[in-house]
Amino acid sequence: MGYEGIGASVRRREDLRFLSGRGTYTDDINRPHQAYAVIVRSPHAHARIRGIDISAARSAPGVIAVFTGADMAAEKIGGLPCGWQVKNKDGTPMAEPPHPVLAIGKVRHVGDPVAVVIAETKAQARDAAERIAIEWEVLPAAATMEAALQPGAPSVHDDVPGNVCYDWHLGDKAAVDAAFAKACKVARLELVNNRLIPNAMEPRCAVGEYDAATGDYTLWTTSQNPHVIRLLMGAFVLNIPEHKLRVVAPDVGGGFGSKIYHYAEEAIVTWAAGKLKRPVKWTADRTESFTSDAHGRDHVTEAELALDDQGRFLALRVRTLANMGAYLSTFAPCVPTYLYATLLAGVYTTPAIYAEVKAVFTNTVPVDAYRGAGRPEATFLLERLVDIAALEMGIDRVEIRRRNFIPKDAFPYQTPVALQYDSGDYHRTLDEALKAANWDTFEQRRAEAARRGKLRGIGISTYIEACGIAPSAVVGSLGARAGLYEVANIRVNPTGSITVFTGTHSHGQGHETTFAQLIADRFGVPMSQVEIVHGDTAKVPFGMGTYGSRSLAVGGSAIVRASDKIIAKAKRIAAHLLEASVEDIDFKDGMFRVAGTDRVKSFAEVSLAAYVPHNYPIEELEPGLEETAFYDPKNFTFPAGCHICEVEIDPETGEVEVVNFTAVDDVGRVINPMIVEGQVQGGVAQGIGQALLETCVYDEAGQLLSGSMMDYTMPRADDVPCIQVGTAVTMCTHNPLGVKGCGEVGAIGAPPAVIGAVVDALRDYGVRHIDMPATSQRIWRILDAGRQRLAAE
Amino acid sequence: MYEFAYHRPASVAEAAKLLAADPEAKLISGGMSLIPVLKQRLARPSALIDLGAIPDLVGISVTATTVTVKGRTTHAAVAASAEVRQAIPALAELASHIGDAQVRNRGTIGGSIAHHDPTADYPAAVLALGATVNTSRRSIAADDFFTGLFATALEPDEIVTAVDFPIPEKAAYVKFPNPASRYAMVGVFVAKGPMGVRVAVTGAGANGVFRHAAMEEALAKSWSPEALEGITTPAEHLNTDIHASREYRAHLIGVMAKRAVAKAG
Ligand SMILES: Cc1cc2nc3c(=O)[nH]c(=O)nc-3n(C[C@H](O)[C@H](O)[C@H](O)COP(=O)(O)OP(=O)(O)OC[C@H]3O[C@@H](n4cnc5c(N)ncnc54)[C@H](O)[C@@H]3O)c2cc1C
Repeated sequence: MGYEGIGASVRRREDLRFLSGRGTYTDDINRPHQAYAVIVRSPHAHARIRGIDISAARSAPGVIAVFTGADMAAEKIGGLPCGWQVKNKDGTPMAEPPHPVLAIGKVRHVGDPVAVVIAETKAQARDAAERIAIEWEVLPAAATMEAALQPGAPSVHDDVPGNVCYDWHLGDKAAVDAAFAKACKVARLELVNNRLIPNAMEPRCAVGEYDAATGDYTLWTTSQNPHVIRLLMGAFVLNIPEHKLRVVAPDVGGGFGSKIYHYAEEAIVTWAAGKLKRPVKWTADRTESFTSDAHGRDHVTEAELALDDQGRFLALRVRTLANMGAYLSTFAPCVPTYLYATLLAGVYTTPAIYAEVKAVFTNTVPVDAYRGAGRPEATFLLERLVDIAALEMGIDRVEIRRRNFIPKDAFPYQTPVALQYDSGDYHRTLDEALKAANWDTFEQRRAEAARRGKLRGIGISTYIEACGIAPSAVVGSLGARAGLYEVANIRVNPTGSITVFTGTHSHGQGHETTFAQLIADRFGVPMSQVEIVHGDTAKVPFGMGTYGSRSLAVGGSAIVRASDKIIAKAKRIAAHLLEASVEDIDFKDGMFRVAGTDRVKSFAEVSLAAYVPHNYPIEELEPGLEETAFYDPKNFTFPAGCHICEVEIDPETGEVEVVNFTAVDDVGRVINPMIVEGQVQGGVAQGIGQALLETCVYDEAGQLLSGSMMDYTMPRADDVPCIQVGTAVTMCTHNPLGVKGCGEVGAIGAPPAVIGAVVDALRDYGVRHIDMPATSQRIWRILDAGRQRLAAE
Repeated sequence: MYEFAYHRPASVAEAAKLLAADPEAKLISGGMSLIPVLKQRLARPSALIDLGAIPDLVGISVTATTVTVKGRTTHAAVAASAEVRQAIPALAELASHIGDAQVRNRGTIGGSIAHHDPTADYPAAVLALGATVNTSRRSIAADDFFTGLFATALEPDEIVTAVDFPIPEKAAYVKFPNPASRYAMVGVFVAKGPMGVRVAVTGAGANGVFRHAAMEEALAKSWSPEALEGITTPAEHLNTDIHASREYRAHLIGVMAKRAVAKAG
């Protein structure tokens, strides 16, 4: 056994299980006497339900029950709740129309659930579902934000005329206006941040069970945060108290945000299990995932940056339309506000910023947080605008960034958009990335590529993000309807092995390894003695789950706090055993030692004494060795870094190939470098996906045109180059580990670097910006227009 | 998937008989096109007639003039065949770029051409090489075989048993894959040989694979990429979708054709 503590690239312990097909995913769970649910979904983007005839379905072979929205309404089943309330500019609350579990009266997007058929087999449920006759009155759809905001546009929700969910702002408008008035240069940009479909490898699945003997419900579900689902579904939808509801999220095959939210199907199977006294399973097929998993991004933005004659940023003004889709998904309202506009300072000293965000309902699938959530949108806008300013002022792209960086001695740094950054060194991540990417010799590579007939370009982004969400009081004041602390329970077993119960959830991040390393480091025990347990409300005391790169920063901090409590108690036990005073006991490498002597007790001896307290300070100390900690973070954490991308474009076809990618990130203290590298690579792959390949397309009627893998372009191995990943660390100053987070940096930092490279490759064609995804067709159009212009000249 | 009866005949004759007896039955070969359709419940055959137990339908043979690929031969087998690589390297290479390894190990030439997906690769080879499609009842010239989108000259109860490819002097296939599906967004197969100079385009035509007369004429005069300079493809009969407009496809046809000629040498 080599070194396994902090800083060791230990191989992921969970991978053997995953890679050998031994994981237990929700769909692997089958309960005795289980029935199968199939959801009937709307084929229309917007339609009134004139009538639903379920008689033929009900009498179909194997059918146990058919339910519609009316059945749920009759039992006063609540709608799906929204977890965040954003306020309008005038202080009034956002529009928060109901989100029925099964549609009532009308449907609002293709895929909106209308009825559920429960049968003995999935095939029978499918067959019966086709026999449900729905009389539709098809309504005109508001399929895009542009359409939804037209005067006289169809109302997605009859009680929200105009389709505006909220009209929100942040920052000092007067200061920004004043700065623009005296600016020497204004750089402008209009952009679309393309809508994405997360497509986790494992489709969503839910199994509900009711125990008639105890009245207990259990839901197994593909979730990133089982306690949150228990809270939302129990309290707001089904009215089941927490002590009667267990939610289990077993192995989960990727989430990227899309499995944070409370979805209709979870409530349907749980409710139906109770009614039918039988376990009920629902598993999405891929087609269903496309029209029922929350989508991501989808902004239309106008932005202006005011600069002085030296290229220093004076002010930033941003107007964004953010698509909410047809209903408010659990955290949707906070994504284009508190996770977006608050990041608009970036790594720069821009003194005045004003952002206006209008959230819009459309007849499309709900949009919510997706890897990066708001921060990729802010970063893309800002980094593109900085490039454009540099281009238009004739200042080098690197130089303009350097001139505007927050200097490393300015921390803590208060931005004009609410956040206070605790630490960072942006010059250092930049310098190291430039060096690793051989930035200075790029022109040679460009020339060499030109000899091969290729257009080569290089792009850079210097990003920051906020993660480790977040101090409960702060988010509460911003509209969150939850606290965002994290919980750890550490149980030292009698023989000294350790079980850690964490409220975070791992669905690809490798927590079972990283957290075990933390424990191995703290307690001086081998990792083989440590078990990490997550994803079960019956085992873990509480937790808020995993998203926003919060698991180590918040969940890891809770583990540290609980560890400290364990060590404090264990020292008292050791002091008793060693007949010394507590102050004289040192704990190091798994040994309790009377300072300056060779009198020691091992961790296992102490834990055994705790459980077999024959010789024990029983008057002062309870037996046992188990502690719980709730950790509420003091601030967000602020990973930052520099990503550099090189592309080559085939001028005949417009095809883009990413040929080099370098990332140097400051993710705070690194526990496992190999896992950090993997997280960055995965994020960069998704960032390249957004920049070059992925886009969700609806037609005017609200039909999803990119509704399968035949049309939705996921990045594949050969779309992604070998990514050079480095870290240049400054410690987070306010959590016990100094960690910041690494799960999203790739998806945040990469898109502007890729697009910057594409624009640079096309510099001779008069291009200043290109929207994502920069598909070959989009680029060919630019090249073609450029050639025609040249021919005309 | 709906329920269906399942047959596994041991000969082509038996399969043809089963097929003739039940107009709602469908042949299944590799299942790589049919099974997705069944899974989505877009088709409801009464029975599947599996060609997988007919030994006669598998194999590759090469003579001095012809490469014959039997109907149930997989893409992987064609790609890996030393004889095909020797005789018509372009055909082996085409097969090696169909789908992914799983698809190539199951998908078959008979299924591919009978299906005539407008974005499939094989139809370009069949048409450009001037192949002959042999069926359970007759031989059909490539020019008569592909009749439209997902349509062929096959009768409902006719089975593709083999494809004869005349060995060309020069040939090459260049494909611009659809970024999502990786089927051909535009694929151009060029060939010069016993059947003359032929250029077939797949992925782009609104009616499926087609021959490019203007390019054939130019290449017949001079077999070189430069000969294709200035030859355009009228866009009106081309496909348009979220990935590529018909204008872009028309442009790509020109680029792929030149590259194919250059590659053919
Ligand atoms: C993920 C994926 C990627 C793919 N990528 C590509 C690609 O890049 N390029 C490409 O060209 N194709 C691609 N394909 C399709 C693949 O090549 C299929 O194998 C092929 O189209 C059909 O062959 P099959 O043997 O699987 O036929 P099946 O699916 O079994 O049958 C297809 C149709 O042909 C009929 N049929 C089958 N055999 C015969 C016969 N001998 N005589 C008469 N009718 C018959 C069947 O009744 C059915 O209607 C892809 C498929 C998948 C699933």
